[in-house]
Amino acid sequence: MSKEIKTKFITRDILRDSIRGAFIKLNPRYMIKNPVMFVVETGFFITLLLSFSPGLFGDDGTNLRIYNVMVAAILFITLLFANFAEAVAEGRGKAQAESLKKTQTDMKARIINEGGTETIISASTLKKGDVVLVKSGEIIPNDGEVIEGIASVDESAITGESAPVVKESGGDFASVTGGTTVVSDWLKISITSNPGESFLDKMISLVEGASRKKTPNEIALNTLLVSLTIIFLIVIVTLYPIAVYSGVRLQISTLIALTVCLIPTTIGGLLSAIGIAGMDRVTRFNVIAMSGKAVEACGDVDTMILDKTGTITYGNRMASQFIATENTSEQELIRNAVISSLQDDTPEGRSIVELGYSLSGNRQETMPGTEFIKFTAQERISGVNLPDGTKIRKGAYDAICSYVQELGGKIPKDLDEKVKDVSKLGGTPLVVCSGSRIYGVIYLKDTVKPGLRERFERLRSIGIKTVMCTGDNPLTAATIAHEAGVDSFIAECKPEDKIKVIKAEQREGKVVAMTGDGTNDAPALAQADVGIAMNSGTSAAKEAANMVDLDSDPTKILDVVEIGKQLLITRGSLTTFSIANDVAKYFAIIPAMFMAVIPQMKMLNIMELSTPYSAILSALIFNAVIIPCLIPLAMKGVKYKPQRSERILSSNMLIYGLGGIAAPFIGIKAIDLIITPLLVVIGL
Amino acid sequence: MLQIILILATFVALIIPIGKYLYHVAELQRTFADPVFDRLDNSIYRVCGIDKEEMSWKKYAMSVLATNAVMVLIGYFILRIQEVPILNPNGIGGMEPTLAFNTIISFMTNTNLQHYSGESGLSYLSQMTVITFMMFTSAATGFSVAMAFMRGLAGKTHNVGNFYVDLVRITTRVLLPLSIIGGVFLVSQGVPQNLSPNITVHTIEGGYQDIAMGPIASLEIIKHLGTNGGGFLGANSATPLENPNIVSNMAEMLSMMVLPGACVIVFGHMVHNGKKEKTNGMKKRIWFGSEARPIFAVMSIIFIVGLAVCLAAESAGNPILEKAGLNQSMGSMEGKEVRFGVVQSAVFTTVTTAFTTGTVNNMHDTLTPLGGAVPLMNMMLNVVFGGKGVGLMNMLLYAILAVFICGLMIGRTPEYLGKKIEGKEMKLTALGIIIHPLLILTFSALAVAVPEGVAGITNPGYHGLTQVLYEFSSAAANNGSGFEGLADNSYFWNITTGLVMFFGRYLAIIIQLAVAGSLMMKQPINESVGTLKTDTGTFTISLLMVVLIIAALTFFPVMVLGPIAEHLTLWN
Repeated sequence: MSKEIKTKFITRDILRDSIRGAFIKLNPRYMIKNPVMFVVETGFFITLLLSFSPGLFGDDGTNLRIYNVMVAAILFITLLFANFAEAVAEGRGKAQAESLKKTQTDMKARIINEGGTETIISASTLKKGDVVLVKSGEIIPNDGEVIEGIASVDESAITGESAPVVKESGGDFASVTGGTTVVSDWLKISITSNPGESFLDKMISLVEGASRKKTPNEIALNTLLVSLTIIFLIVIVTLYPIAVYSGVRLQISTLIALTVCLIPTTIGGLLSAIGIAGMDRVTRFNVIAMSGKAVEACGDVDTMILDKTGTITYGNRMASQFIATENTSEQELIRNAVISSLQDDTPEGRSIVELGYSLSGNRQETMPGTEFIKFTAQERISGVNLPDGTKIRKGAYDAICSYVQELGGKIPKDLDEKVKDVSKLGGTPLVVCSGSRIYGVIYLKDTVKPGLRERFERLRSIGIKTVMCTGDNPLTAATIAHEAGVDSFIAECKPEDKIKVIKAEQREGKVVAMTGDGTNDAPALAQADVGIAMNSGTSAAKEAANMVDLDSDPTKILDVVEIGKQLLITRGSLTTFSIANDVAKYFAIIPAMFMAVIPQMKMLNIMELSTPYSAILSALIFNAVIIPCLIPLAMKGVKYKPQRSERILSSNMLIYGLGGIAAPFIGIKAIDLIITPLLVVIGL
Repeated sequence: MLQIILILATFVALIIPIGKYLYHVAELQRTFADPVFDRLDNSIYRVCGIDKEEMSWKKYAMSVLATNAVMVLIGYFILRIQEVPILNPNGIGGMEPTLAFNTIISFMTNTNLQHYSGESGLSYLSQMTVITFMMFTSAATGFSVAMAFMRGLAGKTHNVGNFYVDLVRITTRVLLPLSIIGGVFLVSQGVPQNLSPNITVHTIEGGYQDIAMGPIASLEIIKHLGTNGGGFLGANSATPLENPNIVSNMAEMLSMMVLPGACVIVFGHMVHNGKKEKTNGMKKRIWFGSEARPIFAVMSIIFIVGLAVCLAAESAGNPILEKAGLNQSMGSMEGKEVRFGVVQSAVFTTVTTAFTTGTVNNMHDTLTPLGGAVPLMNMMLNVVFGGKGVGLMNMLLYAILAVFICGLMIGRTPEYLGKKIEGKEMKLTALGIIIHPLLILTFSALAVAVPEGVAGITNPGYHGLTQVLYEFSSAAANNGSGFEGLADNSYFWNITTGLVMFFGRYLAIIIQLAVAGSLMMKQPINESVGTLKTDTGTFTISLLMVVLIIAALTFFPVMVLGPIAEHLTLWN
């Protein structure tokens, strides 16, 4: 998770807005969406009423008014804390969105009318299907497809990547995003989305949490929390008459305090914050999730379909070996190969220079007056003309052969065999010659990105299978698959094959994730449970996917899976913690409730809390302050280390289950020690 | 101590083969007894016109309700007109309407709460055609539903089975043969089985005493096997006529333990995943399906802890009686039979409430406060083996809950037995779990709040509250044991407990079948090292914690006001 953009946990601005948000969210119409906290709010209103007229429901007791005021105040603070948690999560998302929004203000667009004339209009009036012309230095007004022209586009506003990208009509590079800038030439663009619906708009609203829908798992968890609340309400409501029968008249405030302590307020208050923070963590990786559901599904991924090129390998070929032909020394081959590549700044060229240096040990310098011959698609040859007239060339096997034969040179007998050997291994052979003499072959190999082996190992340990898709022949595919350590591969893979694989896996009940960029990946992206489209990809691919990676880095799928898991673990752990807390709260409040009438109940007061009032208030205060204490955990997520499910479960159970039982015993006792003298002062 | 170990060891030894047999019966697989039973069953199917078509969960639930409704109507009718001189040598009169309502619901729901005394309230006709008959059918109904539920969880087909086939097979292949063997054994120990009228004898003290007669043994055995619990006589298994000696006592305990225990084994077989438990390429012989292990372990832990508490509390005796000069070295003997003593009584008490039978061999009302809290807690939990598969189904609801929490903790959306647990299942599970405390607590609160309810309470204070809680827990858990001491044959108590038994039984059944039906239709998901293992020690502990925190803590406040307050005042 090294790529995560580090930001301060909370800024002054977010803090200020969150505090205001915490009050605004007190509106009961808003609170009712969170039934657990709504119960707390109802309790607050009742105790507030009782603060004005303590005898309203026939309660009596010493200093009842002060006690009711205290309970009401603590409940009010509990509500604020819960709202604050949600507001902080939203605030952090908003800050993320702010920077995106800046690009959106007041843009002009040059629309091309049907007659071919140009008019300048406001970008906000553009509709789907309009055609606009964007010249160098101008901002692309909305998402669209290039229909004419070729230009480089600066997408840093969205991706943060400063190198411009070439966009041209047709193929996989036709899609442009609103808010990005054309830096050279011009583009004619057909707009593909209506105002307010562009990719950027969607992103902003998602990040802000405005259009956040509850995910299926959140709904299920919410059901659990509501059910627990109902069970405890039944317990409390029936306790009143049963206690009356036993000769104990319970005060309404005490019953409300017990209710609030028992219902799962900790998780109830933090649940939506956890969800928002999860989306936010994904965004920090520069991945935009189209829904919270997608992030959740990430946690369940069983199979990952990965493209070989770009995801597993660099895609460009790196020199890995120099193979000299007969009667030639390797040193000679290396010298010529390196000289021909010194000015070649393609990755292949650079890798030849690097490999040559590491094998021969001496660096060669470009001689002044050297002329560099660039690679062209027609000639398929590149090289240098040295000042002394020597012409060194490297290129495709057949191209070099005809070049040498033209000069009257001979083809070494073993060349054909050596070239074939390289091809068989899945490499690309480059033949090197100086003048009419052929020196040998450079073996260009597709290289696996460093660190992937370990990552796939880690995925395997948490039960995720990796499948590599490649258009290469089976032999090449097998070599790369072995080197990268993926579990299986599909060679000579066509886009349809990907869908087939996904469907087959899904039939076995597996959750499949894949990355893709091309238009022909779109159906597979849609079929997969988690589809991550590259931002550089076509808009069709982006529409079909449920996540878009702004940096177009396919390996990020691995991070996203871990974030998904972390989100679920955080939810589960805090739920466990919240429920486990009830044990201690029972032992604080139950003896306090009955001690006055049944003195023997002091036996159950195992924490030795000083008075019934202080016991109840301590439990209630603990219940309130635990929420802000857990906000950082809810935001950052529980630590996740990939390991066997059994180990994760036992360690989390130990921390949050056992910890959840123990923590309140300590916390409530500590609060009791602090507040007892204070309560004496105010006369409780 | 030796007796306890002997019982538990025999229990484990019995449930494994019987569980396997039960599994074969449930899955329509071949068993050694097929040649006899196939012929018998087929003639029953022919006579009743049963087609053996598989049912959806809804149809299954409807069949359960319809069949039970018909039996209830017939049974009610017989109870009301039992004064007719058919098999009525003792001249028993017809039953009062609310009592008949309560009784018929009680026996149909396998509860067997008795607000009457058998020897004076029922004719032999009623004892045989209503009570004994329903003891078979209600037990078979419970087992059938449990089978359907497990089939749903196993999810190998898209149907839960055919209720009528299940009902017939379980009756003919399990309950009848075992009853005949057990019944003959009980007769050999001295339990009467005849149709003679009660006899009046001249005792050596010079007084007269009525000795009850009748078809006792046949009722006695199915009472335990079917975890019914309703005694032929008012004093139930405490009387020498129903339970003459320690051997019969142990036989009765084992016969009520064996089928609920075997159900857990059936579950293990049912959801067993063939490819998972292979060792060295060889298919291991399954004694215990791995999924059943945590369930069995949690049930056993709660059972043994309960037993230990009950035994310790009873052995400690009563400090007030001690001060009054009564020797308590034998433990608290009040309300216990001398031939059983503290140990056999405590074991029987724990077993009868854990396995929700409800038969008693001592008066639970006179148990020490903590000793009485154990049976009360067993019924409040209703997951410690439980009667005829019901405890298993409840425990599985808790397992679903535990899976939900544990699943999240390992970073996956929760799944159990290869099926995803989503909003719908969660809603049903939660509903299934809420019903039980809802019934017990609201009706208890009602009873102590209205004069009609309070009128039945014979002990003031904490013990009186325990009486009320016990009565409704017993009704809701379909246990049927009485704390006694409650004057419960009144309109209020007959009607309220009737309702509690009815809802406790049928709402639970419908919800449980709905859960199974919903899970069954889901696409099974893949299992990998990343999925939650539900057959491990960690999961067992998690499940135990979920049961204790959610089920037990729900009742903590009322337990504090009832038995715990009584205990604390007694000892301080």
